[in-house]
Amino acid sequence: MAKDDVTNNKITSFALPEESNWALDVRSKALEWIDQNGLPNGREEYWKYTNPNSFNSTRKPVKNEIDPSDTKPIFNDIDCIKLVFIDGLLNIDQSDGLINAGLEIEPITEANGNENHWSKHCFGAIEEASQKVVSKTLASLNTAFAVQGLTIRITDKVSKPISIVYYHTDEISEALIHHVVKIEKNAEATILESGGISSRSNCVMELLLEENATLNHIRVQGRSHEREAITYIFSDLERCSSLRSFTLTVNGKLTRNEYIVNIKGEDAKAHVGGAIVGDKGFAHDDTVFITHGAPNCESRQVFKKVLKNGAKGVFQGKILVKEGAQKTNGYQISQGLMLDDDSNFLAKPELEIYADDVICSHGSTCGEIDPTALFYLTSRGISKTEAQDMLVLAFLNEAIDEIISEEIKLIISKRLTDWMVKRHTS
Amino acid sequence: MLHINNLKVELEEEKKAILNGVNLNIKAGEVHAIMGPNGSGKSTLSYVLSGKEGYSVTDGTVSLEGQDILSLESYERAALGVFLAFQYPVEIPGVGNMTFLRTALNSQRKSKGEKELSSADFLKLVRAKAKDLKIDAEMLKRPVNVGFSGGEKKRNEILQMAMLEPKMCILDETDSGLDVDAMRLVSEGVNALRSKERSFLVITHYQRLLDHIVPDFVHIMADGRIIKTGNAELALEVENNGYSELLAEYN
Repeated sequence: MAKDDVTNNKITSFALPEESNWALDVRSKALEWIDQNGLPNGREEYWKYTNPNSFNSTRKPVKNEIDPSDTKPIFNDIDCIKLVFIDGLLNIDQSDGLINAGLEIEPITEANGNENHWSKHCFGAIEEASQKVVSKTLASLNTAFAVQGLTIRITDKVSKPISIVYYHTDEISEALIHHVVKIEKNAEATILESGGISSRSNCVMELLLEENATLNHIRVQGRSHEREAITYIFSDLERCSSLRSFTLTVNGKLTRNEYIVNIKGEDAKAHVGGAIVGDKGFAHDDTVFITHGAPNCESRQVFKKVLKNGAKGVFQGKILVKEGAQKTNGYQISQGLMLDDDSNFLAKPELEIYADDVICSHGSTCGEIDPTALFYLTSRGISKTEAQDMLVLAFLNEAIDEIISEEIKLIISKRLTDWMVKRHTS
Repeated sequence: MLHINNLKVELEEEKKAILNGVNLNIKAGEVHAIMGPNGSGKSTLSYVLSGKEGYSVTDGTVSLEGQDILSLESYERAALGVFLAFQYPVEIPGVGNMTFLRTALNSQRKSKGEKELSSADFLKLVRAKAKDLKIDAEMLKRPVNVGFSGGEKKRNEILQMAMLEPKMCILDETDSGLDVDAMRLVSEGVNALRSKERSFLVITHYQRLLDHIVPDFVHIMADGRIIKTGNAELALEVENNGYSELLAEYN
């Protein structure tokens, strides 16, 4: 099918919301952008390693067998503010109150209807600004048509994490979700996302971190094997702000996680990382674009992928240091651990630097389990399977260590260990 | 305890013969030392006994308390009581030393049908054993052997030995990279474990370790065979005269 047909079919399968409000203009503009640029195809450099066709498709998503172990939300035992989505729809009844000290949460459509809403400066705008270098029309598609999602405004230090829990009950559901988050000056929050959203999903999160704001974002993606997900995190970082985002992905037929970080103010920090475990027909793609537009900033990208049975792992990571962004400290590491000879790890690390006083490093490796380490462990009486799991977890730990909270770190490690044990026994 | 009978071993990939018929009989409670020039097959023997992959046994048998161990995986041998103190302890980033020790101990207990040790009991045990070896709490918290000095690594090996209480301890050049004080500390750790039920096979280049860990028998290994057996005096002889005389005798 020609590109235009694919695009037309997809966009005509949705409808813009009927309410006439400020957001409708934003949505129409996003639609126009898709019209001009078309949805992505596999011939584009940006999609060289991952085929976007199923995200463009108007076919019903493939039936997902929902893993029962996925239905107990991973962060359930943490005291948090819970927001529940079922098959991509916000469920107010199961969610905690939307108003708490230091924060305001609203459904996106309500925010859209409020002419003076704070999100007016963010919704679609942070996403749109990042379209100039590479067009990301699947994100525009989300902006144009997503009527599910939240606007979250953090005005103070919020001690309880905000936990967005996705339940997936309909085996062939498709979801578009759009969150807008603003962390105001000196405010601080932790946002957790967990669970399978739907069989096929397209999620956008736009983040604005104002001066000295801190956001810790930890995400655990649903693990049903047939799941297809594309996610975007667009973020603007102002002076002295700090963003940390970590994602755990175990299985799923197709996952593309994009991180577009725009560092605009001095002394800001952005850390993005992921721990990925893939088996069989698994394809996982992390695409990161960090722009250093101000001096004295730090960025880190740490992505670790464990692959077996023909799984594919992709990493495309870029650090762009603009003119004048002196004293930038950029670090990037992507590593694949192959548990057999059938899997693929494809990495494209890129640095583009226009300042002359910066430290930027990138590394990418691909290897197998170290046989010496394996022997050391088994020589102490640890079974080969358990020793291998210990080394897999050790490999992933460098990425998990990017999470600040010890409690969450432990939960993630424990879940990974449980999954590995379950895999051996099932 | 350990019977090695006409053991012949070659490197799996290169088909290169390393051991050419080793015979050794270690009784319970005995300490045997193996000395020999570089490339004589000492380390290979220790690896083959503990089940490292990459070697193929072309002839001979090895049994521990009457049970053939060559057909067993390395973790199964460990559960039976074989322990190798590595010449080069492996650094494993991302695996905590405590987690490692506890997993190893509980794996062995499980395979013996014993109850796993609780966190509290394990901690008590490891702290007591670590104290004897002057291993501080900080070292226990770090990833396995990562950032350890040469001496710390060897002490960590002995700590594992003390925790796992194996029957057949194989020490592969435990003295290499140790200063005098560290050697004394490590030797004391080993001597504390000597008992009527436990046997040791100490592989070393130098006699000085054997001043601290006094062996019942000393074997000289060359060209993949044991060419001479004696008592502790033999080690002194080697120290004074080198291997050339012995080798000439053998050839």
